[in-house]
Amino acid sequence: MRLRLLALGLAIIAVALFPRAAGGYPVKLLQEILIWGIFAMSLDLLMGFAGMVSFGHAAFFGVGGYAAALALGAWGPGLGAGLALPAIAAAVVALVIGYFSIRVSGVYFIMLTLAFSQMFYAYAFQTAWLGAEDGLVGVPRPTVLGLDLAQPTAFHLYLLACAVLASLALWRIVRSPFGHVLVGIRENEARMRAVGYAVDRYKLVAFVIAGAIAGVSGALYTQFVGSITPDAFLWTTSGEALLMVIIGGTGTLGGAILGSAAFILLQSLVSSYTERWMLLLGVTFIVFVLFAPGGIVGTLRGRIGLRA
Amino acid sequence: MTDLLELHEVTRSFGALTAVNRVSLGVAPRERRAIIGPNGAGKTTLFNLITGHLAPTSGRILFDGRPVTGLSTDRIARRGISRSFQRTNLFPRLTVLENLRLAAAAQSVGSWRLFGTVEGLTAPLGHARDVAAAVGLVERLGEPVERLSYGEQRQLEIGVALATRPSLLLLDEPTAGMSPEETQRMTRLLEALPREVTILIIEHDMDVVFSLADRLTVLHYGEVLADGAPAIVRADPLVHEVYLGTGNGA
Repeated sequence: MRLRLLALGLAIIAVALFPRAAGGYPVKLLQEILIWGIFAMSLDLLMGFAGMVSFGHAAFFGVGGYAAALALGAWGPGLGAGLALPAIAAAVVALVIGYFSIRVSGVYFIMLTLAFSQMFYAYAFQTAWLGAEDGLVGVPRPTVLGLDLAQPTAFHLYLLACAVLASLALWRIVRSPFGHVLVGIRENEARMRAVGYAVDRYKLVAFVIAGAIAGVSGALYTQFVGSITPDAFLWTTSGEALLMVIIGGTGTLGGAILGSAAFILLQSLVSSYTERWMLLLGVTFIVFVLFAPGGIVGTLRGRIGLRA
Repeated sequence: MTDLLELHEVTRSFGALTAVNRVSLGVAPRERRAIIGPNGAGKTTLFNLITGHLAPTSGRILFDGRPVTGLSTDRIARRGISRSFQRTNLFPRLTVLENLRLAAAAQSVGSWRLFGTVEGLTAPLGHARDVAAAVGLVERLGEPVERLSYGEQRQLEIGVALATRPSLLLLDEPTAGMSPEETQRMTRLLEALPREVTILIIEHDMDVVFSLADRLTVLHYGEVLADGAPAIVRADPLVHEVYLGTGNGA
């Protein structure tokens, strides 16, 4: 335990100091890994702990991203506009989507969540006040504690702080009594009902929490790129998060960040050599599912006897 | 004294098949009632109707004087009806303690806590340990369920049902598939269950039935064939003909 905390602390310091040692492009990649790591972790709360495979997680990423773009544009560079409001907006959307989707499970849940997120895509793509297909551009970054996040070092530390806080919050939630209820639902939903749990209410709360955190990641993405387009809502956004979770190790949280790193590094390395990077991604995914179903974390645990 | 559980003319049909046909029965508080009958008599369907796993086609079910017909499974469980299943229905990858703790915490508002630990939720944890003692699994608390023997899993099946602190406990063939020694251990365990819990038990093993039950109800083709004290039911020639005499469960 103490060793793991030490390793984690060192990793955080290394990420914090990375811009001093590396050039612009690697730093951008690292920042992208952090943002997508938060997004994938929020999906892992649903997939890995509550057993709810959602294929519409992009809806919350997109809502968070658009909410941040609109709020930062309208009300100036506060943290409320940059993070709190996007999180709340995504949570409200998750409440509505969840209310309807949670009535069904398995393939039907996957299809419903996918359909909802595609509706958002279609709406954003055609709506003038959301910039239609061009999206919203020229989004300013917020100012936090007097630090202007337009400044690269400040923005890097801000992303790191967000990633650490999101990980910490999710880590505590999955170990809480509530988190244990989610695991019970994943393991045997019918028995949870039979002993008296109002299963759907627990699922809905999990869905809203995951949605809010996904909204934060979308908001960070908008601030990172400086714009947001309808593509954020596209099913591929959900699909990529799903791949990150599976490659990293479902139900491990930390795996989601490793999966995000693997995915983004692979994408950037391979796409500079060949256009066919999706092909390699597909092969990688198949190899993981067939030979390392526990993902990166699961395989490491097996190899060096690391326990959960 | 009013009955804890009342069934009035309860019927359940599956297409042309009527699995439970106009069954009326009352179970008094603290009673231990056995439901017996040949396979296909509608015993498990009856349990499914009481616990809300199935809705009756017609008829009314009252628990503690209030109707429970049409309520969801979890709401009925929160009213105080708990059951064990004929086919073991546990959380296979979780430990014995966690299986019991989850059941014990089902009605605790603490289960909504997003932060804090399950160790901090002391009441369900303590109750889970007590139930583990009652079902003879104290030494297996840290073991994942999938590593327990079949007999131990059956004991835990009772434990999970008991851990919700029910006022009515439905046991669906607790000794199904057990060896004679395991059956004996289970019988002792069932006899030692707290008297304030009313028990309805489906069981084929007549030794278990006669050592446990205050009263028997015999189901046959979905209908109540006989109902009364064990000695009287045992002497009933009709019951002998359809069930006891066949050697089916003796």
